Amino acid sequence: MAANASRPARSPHGRARLIALGQATKPIREATGTARTMLWVGVAITLFFVVLAAFAPYISPYGFNQYKANGVRFAQLAHPSAAHWMGTTVLSTDVMSRVIWGAQTELTVVAIALVMSVSIGVPLGLVSGYFGGPLDRFLVLIMDALFAFPYLLIAIVIAFLLSSSSIGQGVFTAAIAITVAYVPLYFRVVRNHVVSLREESYVDAARALGARPRTIIRKYVFFNVVQNVPPIATLNAADAILLLAALGFLGYGIQPTQGAEWGYDINRAVSDSASGIWWTAIFPGLAIVLLVTGLTLVGEGLNETLNPVLRRRRFGRIEFDQLDPEQPRD
Amino acid sequence: MIRSRLVTGTSLRTYLITRIALVVPMVFILLTLVFLLMRVAPGNPIEAALGGHVPPSVIKQIEHRQGLDKPLIVQYGDYLWGILRGNFGTTITDNRPLSQIITQNGAATLELTFFAMLVAIAVGVVVGLVAGRFRDTSLDVFGRLFGIVIYAMPVFFIGLLAQLTFGVWLGWLPISDQASPLTQALLQTHTNVYFIDAIWDRNWAALWDVTRHLILPAMTLGLVTAGVFIRLIRINVIRTLRDDYIEAARARGIVERRVVYNHAFKNALVPVITVIGLNFALLLGGAVLTEETFNWPGIGHELVLYLGNRDYTAVQGIIVVFALVVVAVSLLVDFLNAFVDPRIRY
Repeated sequence: MAANASRPARSPHGRARLIALGQATKPIREATGTARTMLWVGVAITLFFVVLAAFAPYISPYGFNQYKANGVRFAQLAHPSAAHWMGTTVLSTDVMSRVIWGAQTELTVVAIALVMSVSIGVPLGLVSGYFGGPLDRFLVLIMDALFAFPYLLIAIVIAFLLSSSSIGQGVFTAAIAITVAYVPLYFRVVRNHVVSLREESYVDAARALGARPRTIIRKYVFFNVVQNVPPIATLNAADAILLLAALGFLGYGIQPTQGAEWGYDINRAVSDSASGIWWTAIFPGLAIVLLVTGLTLVGEGLNETLNPVLRRRRFGRIEFDQLDPEQPRD
Repeated sequence: MIRSRLVTGTSLRTYLITRIALVVPMVFILLTLVFLLMRVAPGNPIEAALGGHVPPSVIKQIEHRQGLDKPLIVQYGDYLWGILRGNFGTTITDNRPLSQIITQNGAATLELTFFAMLVAIAVGVVVGLVAGRFRDTSLDVFGRLFGIVIYAMPVFFIGLLAQLTFGVWLGWLPISDQASPLTQALLQTHTNVYFIDAIWDRNWAALWDVTRHLILPAMTLGLVTAGVFIRLIRINVIRTLRDDYIEAARARGIVERRVVYNHAFKNALVPVITVIGLNFALLLGGAVLTEETFNWPGIGHELVLYLGNRDYTAVQGIIVVFALVVVAVSLLVDFLNAFVDPRIRY
């Protein structure tokens, strides 16, 4: 903020936005105690995976699909060793390389899916909640029906249908499947919030001044509603990783030739585990657990600092002076 | 989920009738969505299911048997009418009636989900209450971490770890199937739920075998579901402990222990009914993955099988069954809530 303060803001509009941003991040900067720890640990874990994903070609010892080096095929199902820190799979691929490349796949798919579900769910919720009417009722019915349904099943069915079409299986199919599963969530949260905001006096005032619905939604409603999105989106990202892994586990995620995917690798490892081979399952599994934990910590930390019901202020308890009932008051 | 408003003056009966009436459009929309989804998919479902090596005459014949040669609107009518009469069709690939899948495999899923729910409630309520009561102490941190890590674990990964530990290394428990082949062959079927069948016949050896097979899958699915319970119950306890009536109870001089146990916990647990209902869909999704991991012959296992065979009718039928179960459970939960909480009325 200091750098911005020295430079005058270009327009009162831009300045208002800066102040709004400062207001929005205030609870995060003021986060204390457990919430603060959770936030920072979560951010650290998430960043670790982002680095893994971004620099996978440099960090990873081999390609995700590579089963030989210098003309020599790797051993099958080899124990973790100096050459292969996390061992090898039944197809002779290096487990560690697959775990590292997997970070790239997971984060890409989840990022695409989240951007799509937010950019579909939020505007739909805004319009539906603000204008109401038959369109609103129709959308609510459909979204409620979808929301009540197990979202894993929605994603499986969508992935199944897309995979038999010309789109085939891959990053986009998985992302679309996850998007369809999550749009109802954003729609519901935003729509219900907008419905309650619509009756607020400042919205009424804007309407009385003759503001067009577009202006009201953009300037008054949107910024109030959008504050709810970051904690939901972060928790949702954690959930989306699990969903993608589940799709992969059932064979409807990323295909092995297109990229490394942790859920798919665990599926392959089920048959290994019966004979006591643990490394093909444990490492991708731990990667999922760690990444999801990281994202959940960020989400919970945000939730705890942004949600006034759960927030704890930095100042302590307010103590009132003890009144002595025997003493007459002044 | 239908929001309930706080309006006094209507009776419980009015509420129940309104609630049932509201279910009808929801079921109708779900059924229509499923139908549309399965029909907009490109390609011929029969060819997809049987592979490309079937003569056209056979495809025509199956198409006719499945009613796929009729106009779309007639198919839609037949589909709704069939479901209304409890006829969900027959599979394309092995000509098995869906009703058979529902009774046989559904029973296995019922057994798994019931015991998983018991595990989830036990673990979730205990850890959630303790974490909420002792907020910000090490107990709370431990409880929350447990909740977060459990939540972060894919159910199939927990299952695999359980298989490795208790099945392969310790050798205590079987790692797949619903019962050993011998038990499956000898056990008389009354209800298709092995656990009940074994008790029915007082076949204690079979009961022991069935229980041993049940432990790992039920614990796996139960623990995952417990993660959600822990989070919600903890927040509920924290909220309740801040309510005015708790402060009032303290002001009346009631001992803190009684305030917490008699006043706060009871009220913090009322929403658990709703939570169970809301998480039932989650439990079903988890059941599909658990069944796949443990080769448990439930309805989710069949779904994955038929998805792999690209059997559209089977997939559609199973999805419809899941949808109906979810709607029925949400209805049941709202009824229970209405009985427990007199404020819930239309």
